[in-house]
Amino acid sequence: MSLLALQRDFRDWLVTGKDTAAAALGGGPGTAVYQNNYRTALVSSLAETFQRLVLWLGEESFETAAARYIDARPPSSWTLDAYGEDFTDFVATLWPDDPEVAEIALIDWTVGQVFVGPDAEALAPEALAVADWETAVIRVVPSVLVLPLSTNADAIWQALATEEAPPSAEMAERGTAMLVWRQSLEPVFRRAEAHERDVLAWSAAGQGFAAISERLAATLGEDAAVTTAGTLLGRWLAEGMVAAVG
Amino acid sequence: MTEQLTGFGLGMRRPHYRSYIDGTAPVDFIEVISENFMIPGGKPLDTLMKARRNYPLALHGVSMSIGSADGLRDDYLKELRRLVGMMEPAVVSDHLCWTRIDGFNSHDLLPLPYTEEALALVCRNIDRAQEALGRRMLLENPSSYIAFPGAMSEWEFLAEMTRRTGCGLLLDVNNIHVSAVNHGFAAADYLAGIPMDAVGQIHLAGHVQGEHLLIDTHDQPVPDEVWAVYRAAMELAGPVPTMIERDDNIPELEELCAELDVARAISADTAGKRIAA
Repeated sequence: MSLLALQRDFRDWLVTGKDTAAAALGGGPGTAVYQNNYRTALVSSLAETFQRLVLWLGEESFETAAARYIDARPPSSWTLDAYGEDFTDFVATLWPDDPEVAEIALIDWTVGQVFVGPDAEALAPEALAVADWETAVIRVVPSVLVLPLSTNADAIWQALATEEAPPSAEMAERGTAMLVWRQSLEPVFRRAEAHERDVLAWSAAGQGFAAISERLAATLGEDAAVTTAGTLLGRWLAEGMVAAVG
Repeated sequence: MTEQLTGFGLGMRRPHYRSYIDGTAPVDFIEVISENFMIPGGKPLDTLMKARRNYPLALHGVSMSIGSADGLRDDYLKELRRLVGMMEPAVVSDHLCWTRIDGFNSHDLLPLPYTEEALALVCRNIDRAQEALGRRMLLENPSSYIAFPGAMSEWEFLAEMTRRTGCGLLLDVNNIHVSAVNHGFAAADYLAGIPMDAVGQIHLAGHVQGEHLLIDTHDQPVPDEVWAVYRAAMELAGPVPTMIERDDNIPELEELCAELDVARAISADTAGKRIAA
């Protein structure tokens, strides 16, 4: 048997767990060891990545979901940390009537990604020096992510993370979102304020401070628009979310 | 600054990070799993950077898949090269095994058949990895639970592999013991067949007795049987940088350092005997 054929047989054994696949490797107790190692490592990796989801679902339900995921999505990345990339979408299909489940998973995944994301120096509030506010564009640090939420998954996640009793799952107001980013080395998150999501999106699209104020003015009026944009910028600076303005 | 590894080290694991950052852990070098730090940024890399200032470093990989029949991955080599450039480790190692085929990654160290075909393939992949990294690698002998029919023993395969590629060996004496028991060969025969001048580092670890086989778990203290293989290896190899791998059921740092003292004593004892001889 060629090496390629042997490795494909081995893969088939690990993925399917069928006796015929084990027989192709000669059978014996060693094949079972590899089968066990394969599944145990993947379940452990998912449990490490989705720690708050484990607490919310309970270990048994989580492991059942993980086992189904392993059957459906054999790993392809060279790093185990990437294995959970599709798990959020997968649990959404398993718990279609409990949308907080997938959203807790999404927060687990996102916080993990932000934790090891690219480093960036945040602009200190006192270092802000803008020559021309008409054209100035706000650039946030690369870790900033916006997660739309349909439930109170953020409150549940926070309670689980601090070993408090989590609230019951509830639907959130339409348009709710949370912001996740890294302050120095630690991931942080909070709910987005009104208009904050829009201002972040417009800034990311390269629109300047004046253009953003103008767009806000369409719904808030001119004075409130400038105040809102300024307040958001001040908050982002204070929270270490801004990389540069200019 | 790229140092040589010397002396006695430990795998740097999360419960003991503070001691490595502070430089208070009484070890001569540290080893980390390369893939845990092949990431864009953040706290893990910051921690390793700080520890690296205090200790020479060995980068030990688990996902290069040097035995993959369909070759190595460019993106993996690129990321590892980046980490090597950042950390300037004294040693870069991985395992004689395969983990990946056709885009499937098992995340386990799977055994190879010791055939001429596999030897040629492994040597080709080692050549490519050493070229991509711009340096010599060490390859670790695996523990295994299946043995395929082959043209040569594992030690013959390792000897020929080092001769053809110039790579070094990371000799895991726990793996020798585990595989010797599982497959019914003598550890002494294994050691006698290893080109000891190619051994650049030694791993020590513990294992458990499974229902039918010894299982390489890295969650137990180094047992007497493994210390015996270590003593025999040191008698043949001379002073080789040695470390303990403990990946699960991790005790206090002091307990691991006490185990490391056993290795120091064996090393000193075997050195004395070599001088006397």
